[in-house]
Amino acid sequence: MSRTFEYAPAPESRAIVDIKPSYGLFVNGEFVDGTGTSFKTVNPATEEVLAEVAEASEADVDNAVRAARRAYDRVWSRMPGAERAKYLYRIARIIQERGRELAVLESIDNGKPIREARDVDVPTVAAHFFYYAGWADKLKYAGYGTTPLGVAGQVIPWNFPLLMLAWKIAPALACGNTVVLKPAETTPLTALLFAEICQQADLPPGVVNIVTGAGDTGRAIVSHPDVDKVAFTGSTEVGKAIARAVAGSQKRVTLELGGKAANIVFDDAPIDQAVEGIVNGIFFNQGHVCCAGSRLLVQESVADEVMARLKRRMATLRVGDPLDKNTDVGAINSAEQLAKIRELSEVGEAEGAERWSAPCDLPANGYWFAPTVFTGVSQAHRIAREEIFGPVLSVLTFRTPAEAVEKANNTPFGLSAGVWTDKGSRILSMANRLRAGVVWANTFNKFDPTSPFGGYKESGYGREGGRHGLEAYLKGADQ
Amino acid sequence: MSRIDVRKTYKLYIGGQFPRSESGRSYVVNDAKGRLLANAARASRKDARDAVVAARAAFGGWSGRTAYNRAQVVYRVAEVLEGRREQFEAELRAAEGVSSGRARAYVDAAVDRLVWYAGWADKITQVVGNANPVAGPYFNLSTPEPSGVVAVVAPQGPLLGLVSVVAPLVVTGNTVVVIASEQHPLTAITLGEVMATSDLPGGVVNVLTGSQAEIAPWLASHMDVNGIDLTGVADPALAASLEVAAADNLKRVRRPAPDTDWLAEPGLDRMTHFLETKTVWHPIGV
Repeated sequence: MSRTFEYAPAPESRAIVDIKPSYGLFVNGEFVDGTGTSFKTVNPATEEVLAEVAEASEADVDNAVRAARRAYDRVWSRMPGAERAKYLYRIARIIQERGRELAVLESIDNGKPIREARDVDVPTVAAHFFYYAGWADKLKYAGYGTTPLGVAGQVIPWNFPLLMLAWKIAPALACGNTVVLKPAETTPLTALLFAEICQQADLPPGVVNIVTGAGDTGRAIVSHPDVDKVAFTGSTEVGKAIARAVAGSQKRVTLELGGKAANIVFDDAPIDQAVEGIVNGIFFNQGHVCCAGSRLLVQESVADEVMARLKRRMATLRVGDPLDKNTDVGAINSAEQLAKIRELSEVGEAEGAERWSAPCDLPANGYWFAPTVFTGVSQAHRIAREEIFGPVLSVLTFRTPAEAVEKANNTPFGLSAGVWTDKGSRILSMANRLRAGVVWANTFNKFDPTSPFGGYKESGYGREGGRHGLEAYLKGADQ
Repeated sequence: MSRIDVRKTYKLYIGGQFPRSESGRSYVVNDAKGRLLANAARASRKDARDAVVAARAAFGGWSGRTAYNRAQVVYRVAEVLEGRREQFEAELRAAEGVSSGRARAYVDAAVDRLVWYAGWADKITQVVGNANPVAGPYFNLSTPEPSGVVAVVAPQGPLLGLVSVVAPLVVTGNTVVVIASEQHPLTAITLGEVMATSDLPGGVVNVLTGSQAEIAPWLASHMDVNGIDLTGVADPALAASLEVAAADNLKRVRRPAPDTDWLAEPGLDRMTHFLETKTVWHPIGV
């Protein structure tokens, strides 16, 4: 089995970012001190403390919601769409101008490879703002009415900090809402840099408010009586808690939650392409992807060949310094997440699945997990049912298309799925029968601002992206 | 001596059959003047669960039919309802105490609503679906699909209200377990007879009669139900508790709508609320 070539390291300079020792909250267009405590954000690749960040208290959240309400009533909801659009276009442009800085900061705070932050996250973020900017003055053509909801409370995860921010803020603002957004506690820095971008764009104060903190801050946003709309991306467990918290209110909710996607490889698939797709499906962003292809369903007749090529390919993945431009797999985002991945992997072994990890040297400091695959997995195994949210693939086999569909749909989740086959009619039939919000056929983990994203069943409700993404922030054509 | 008429036994409508409640219970349904109309079946938790099983079993077949076929079946329901209009008018007059003109208006509107929704079956995809121009060499298409099994708490309107909440779900391919108006349940069962003779496969619509407060929580917490429409829940505390229960498997929830004017033309939202959007990507290449 081949190993990685020796490469000279090609580190991206971190001189481009200026991380302050401490950060306040961004409320009403200004950085203010919080009234609560503070917490540290850590570089997961080195365990170095990057900055102290304010933990927003209930009173801080209340101030942010008031600022958002004022901005909504007095400025943003009254502004013609064409003018809102120009602010969003400005933001998109500044994101492009400061793209490298954002990418490096994202990589440092999150642990993801600079190659991905630079080539996927940041360009998609700019594109998202650019796309929704153009909707702001065209809402009457979209089919959801033109009336915004009011103040949106938005809570986002740590896996794509800036991209999830864009998915939340761009459509909300385009539709005329104002926002209070909480980034994840382990990855607050790019959201705070985004706040600076809002200042550079002269966005009216209070239209965007960023409050940092953990679960308590999130709960304060969700349960605030003057929040009209809650948008959440994160775990299914927290999503359910939010659905309970808003019960009986008039708050509108969209939830983008967990997944356990089946990536289905048929015997007629182009195997090398499929292997690339499998690798991209589960090892992109260290597997910290809600729509990751974490269950490989491979047709029995090609299972041995696929596994052999997959392991050979996995052995070439470069794991290590996220700022090295050669790196394929970066650091696990936090010690807590690493513990979860380790625990579920141990359960996988204990339940009888066979574990294989790519041979790679992991750095001494930081949070790391080697790309890992489990074979001999049954549908009852926890590693086939629960979201691991790490670089761990569970492999199951099937014989017939019907069995593949049955196994793929045998999950409470329904976010995404993959199909690999050369037969067009089979692709379309599989795509029809898979109960998932996104189906990638002969590709995987593709995202675009024009393409709606979101789940069936316990993967949540509502769509982000595309024309459909506007529905979450407008009252509707019938109102 | 006048003839003794043959009275109808009102039972449940589950899986295309008309069973009694497995609990053996019934409750008294009176007319508008307080006189006995009939004993209606009082559905139990087990009946609700049986209805979900029937709805789930019917889902694959019904959602897999062509849209054109679903349109024709729903149109057929309208045809059969039209043919039995005198019976429904008489039931509405008796149950609600409305004038014959009012009863006729409700039946007219119910038939017309079925025809309106029937026509949507093969158009909703074109109106709410999308081709998406992604920035890369990919074919990308978003289409609506039914959420699955949807539980419905029907509003008080015995016929028009019921048709207005069930038709949009059925025409889009969902299967339904509906709790009929507690006060006026009998027309719902008669409508079941119409559906049973209209080529609507058994299990696509299942009708429960009985106590809303007793049955709805079992449906709200049922892990094989994908959505719940609380339109007919009048008690805000019950509605909130049902929404809490629905969060266990993240059902799509439609909140109560106490002031709906059922005679007004509906929008798309009763269909779109229980539709999912599926987006399929495929590379473009040679």
